[in-house]
Amino acid sequence: MTTHPHRWSVLDHRRVPRPAHPIAWWIWAIGLATAVSRTTNPLLLVLVLAVLGVVVANRRSEAPWARGFKYYLALAFVVVFLRVLLRSVFGGDVVGTTTHVVFTLPHIPLPSWLAGIQLGGPVTLEGTLSAVYDGLRLGTMLCCLGAANALANPKRALRVLPGALYELGMAVVVALSVAPQLVESVQRVRRARKLRGGPTGGRHALRTIAIPVLEDALERSLRLAAAMDSRGYGRTGAATRRARQATGVLMLAGMAGLCAGAYGLLDSSASVAFGLPALLAGAVLCCLGLALGSRRVRRSRYRPDPWRLPEWVVTLSGVVPAAVVLAGAGFSAVSLGSSTEPLTWPALPAVPALAILVAATAAVAAPPPLRPARRRPTGPTGSTGSSERGAASELVPVPPPIEVPA
Amino acid sequence: MISFEQVTVTYAGAEAPVLRNVNLQVAEGELALVVGRTGVGKSTLLGAACGLVPHFTGGTLAGRVLVGGRETRTHKPRELADVVGVVGQDPLSGFVTDTVEEELAYVMEQLAIAPDVMRKRVEETLDLLGIAELRDRPLVDLSGGQQQRVAIGSVLTAHPRILVLDEPTSALDPTAAEEVLAAITRLVHDLGVTVLLAEHRLERVVQYADRVIEVRADGGAEIGEPATMLASAKVAPPVVELGRLAGWKPVALSVRDARRLVGPLRQDIAGRPVPAPRRAARVAGGDPVLRARNVVVRYGAVVAVRGVSLDLRPGEVTALMGRNGSGKSSLLWALQGSGPRQSGVVEVDGADPRALSAVKAHRLVALVPQTPADLLYLDTVAQELEQADREAAGAPSGAARALLDRLAPGIPDEVHPRDLSEGQRLSLVLAAQLARAPDVVLLDEPTRGLDYSAKRSLVAVVDLLAAEGRAVVAATHDVEFVAAAADRVVVMAAGELVADGPTADVVVASPAFAPQVAKILAPLEYLTIDQVRRAVEGLE
Repeated sequence: MTTHPHRWSVLDHRRVPRPAHPIAWWIWAIGLATAVSRTTNPLLLVLVLAVLGVVVANRRSEAPWARGFKYYLALAFVVVFLRVLLRSVFGGDVVGTTTHVVFTLPHIPLPSWLAGIQLGGPVTLEGTLSAVYDGLRLGTMLCCLGAANALANPKRALRVLPGALYELGMAVVVALSVAPQLVESVQRVRRARKLRGGPTGGRHALRTIAIPVLEDALERSLRLAAAMDSRGYGRTGAATRRARQATGVLMLAGMAGLCAGAYGLLDSSASVAFGLPALLAGAVLCCLGLALGSRRVRRSRYRPDPWRLPEWVVTLSGVVPAAVVLAGAGFSAVSLGSSTEPLTWPALPAVPALAILVAATAAVAAPPPLRPARRRPTGPTGSTGSSERGAASELVPVPPPIEVPA
Repeated sequence: MISFEQVTVTYAGAEAPVLRNVNLQVAEGELALVVGRTGVGKSTLLGAACGLVPHFTGGTLAGRVLVGGRETRTHKPRELADVVGVVGQDPLSGFVTDTVEEELAYVMEQLAIAPDVMRKRVEETLDLLGIAELRDRPLVDLSGGQQQRVAIGSVLTAHPRILVLDEPTSALDPTAAEEVLAAITRLVHDLGVTVLLAEHRLERVVQYADRVIEVRADGGAEIGEPATMLASAKVAPPVVELGRLAGWKPVALSVRDARRLVGPLRQDIAGRPVPAPRRAARVAGGDPVLRARNVVVRYGAVVAVRGVSLDLRPGEVTALMGRNGSGKSSLLWALQGSGPRQSGVVEVDGADPRALSAVKAHRLVALVPQTPADLLYLDTVAQELEQADREAAGAPSGAARALLDRLAPGIPDEVHPRDLSEGQRLSLVLAAQLARAPDVVLLDEPTRGLDYSAKRSLVAVVDLLAAEGRAVVAATHDVEFVAAAADRVVVMAAGELVADGPTADVVVASPAFAPQVAKILAPLEYLTIDQVRRAVEGLE
């Protein structure tokens, strides 16, 4: 083996690093999430998490937005924990002859008009496990989103939007950049608040932090708006009122179709026969609306991401698990669920597991990410203009300089 | 290229216009420097030149503004994007995308420039500003000087004929500021870009100006040759003040010019002892009030402060210098006790401020952070002052108000803190923090956004604090402020102390940190105009 830092170095060193098309990653992640939404089998869910981990570790860049996957993992843990906690407190587990009671919480009797709700009582192993599986499913879906975020810059994904949706995309971009700034400004103001002493808890403290943070956020957004305005944002060509209305109607109808179709496909109780046509009709209407709307836009795109063979492979490897799970062919539907009553060790259905493993091919199929050779932190001076791209000895990530304490 | 004809700007609800009957012409290829006191309407003038006033800010504009032949009345800022490029003071808040290359391309995408032209222009701009090696880097990871150069590049790719820059170097350390100014002068000289630039720190930019526009408090504005305009302007850098003092006509604008003229003056005062930096001699001494030993601050893998030891004595003013990111702020926060500190000892009056309750710690050490406005959250100045008295617990009622009147007299009670000028707001925060009479006062970048006269009153405030026997530390990039206020200079680099000594010893020899007077009068060890003035008075 070589000493190259990447696992797939043998394959990678012949390929030119470039960011993969963000849409490919999003389809891949949504495909996996769709498969996840149909199963509570813990083995399959853990398999999906493993696939996500392998792909993210191999194909994310070192940009700030790519550092977020671990937060989604943490969020998944919180989801599982909350699910178990709620189930234990409000559980109302039915104790039968074969159930295993782990411990019993004091039962708090509720008034008769709250008859459906139970507080406290016995907590069974069966109930807890089913809560764990349920939470795990939601958590894994969140991790799919997190993987998409880490692998493809969401802002870059929005750039792919057709011209008619440009304004909408821009609004989302601005909102996306406000969130981290808000966190930063809350931290800064909280630190500053401590300097004045006085109360640091309760409603008063909330006010003392909220007001400077909100003022700060408002000022920043005004500055951003001014900067965007003076850099030509919003120079759209003239569109007639009728054309705009037609675009709006087409888009709304299309969106409704898309929503209904997605619901039909994803909800296991609705029939696929309803979902698919609705989805297709919605997509056609949306495309028409977009085509109409885009005719009025005069804008160009800098270095659009190419869509080549690797993008096709990544997309397909994400669609396969979704297709297999939705089609339900080659395995019994029961194996997707988890059996808690009676308590049994879950079995790993071969076909869905293989389908999920197909998604892992993205870790090899996607082009290796750009890892910009960072300069060593020499401070604010020095700029020679020479390109340092490809300097393999400088692949060590250097964290950003920190001016103020966190 | 830029022409103002009878321009009057009045903001909604304001009693008086900000700009009144302004007539001026800036010719193609000139670098015009806008000067004036804080709050006189410099930003309004810049905004009017790029259409943001009144299209974005509201208010009414009477008269006519023409930029590159287009009238701002009929052209919104977005329709001027190919003629005027605007760069604000805080580049990060104006960035729309995530990486350097995308940011440079943004304006061209809006202008629907063909993809092959975009590729070419991005490469040219990267080279022009010396940021080619940053092309793939995320914008948030760049240093301040790099961000400012990217911001300039991001408007330059549209090939505007005019650049409007609002305080481009205010937040930067001296070296980073020089980087940015070098880039700007290259644009003016090589590409013939017309530049309209406002800046508080005149000592950095005045030598590059072809024209100076002075905005007066009554809203009038005048344009003229830099030497003649500055000879009488309300605000002037030390080199100009020296010229006025020595009676040079025209006044010198750069250290180089001044050194060629200064010969006779230097000979006159050479034999005399250098006057003390301040009129009132300080009695710094006694036991240290704050002792820090081997302080280490780290954030993950980044070590911000590496084993710093420092003693602060009562009545001593210490300046903490060093480039952006050298650990100055982290050290201040660690000394105060609210910031992280992984190891080391800090003792104030024998107690560790971190071990004390927050209230007690603040009675010992007060810190004014980089953005003082973060400390203010009430609706009026009076409420803030009352709250400060309450927080001081034990201070007599009205203590904060009395302090404020000493720092900045005449701030009315009912004003909202956000409406105060930068200097007034700093004074308000100082008053609130000092009401509890701390032994140690730490100031983080206190001269940001202050003009020369506000800076002079800050020096007076610092003198006052030192005279009362408090230890004062100011982390700052402002060499002129250091020369005027500090007894001792501590220089940090990469988290370590690299120099510690009396101001004159540390600062005079340093190419980056020497104030203008020291550079002009070297090898004599003069630091401030005030010293020269007294030396000259002594001659007569």
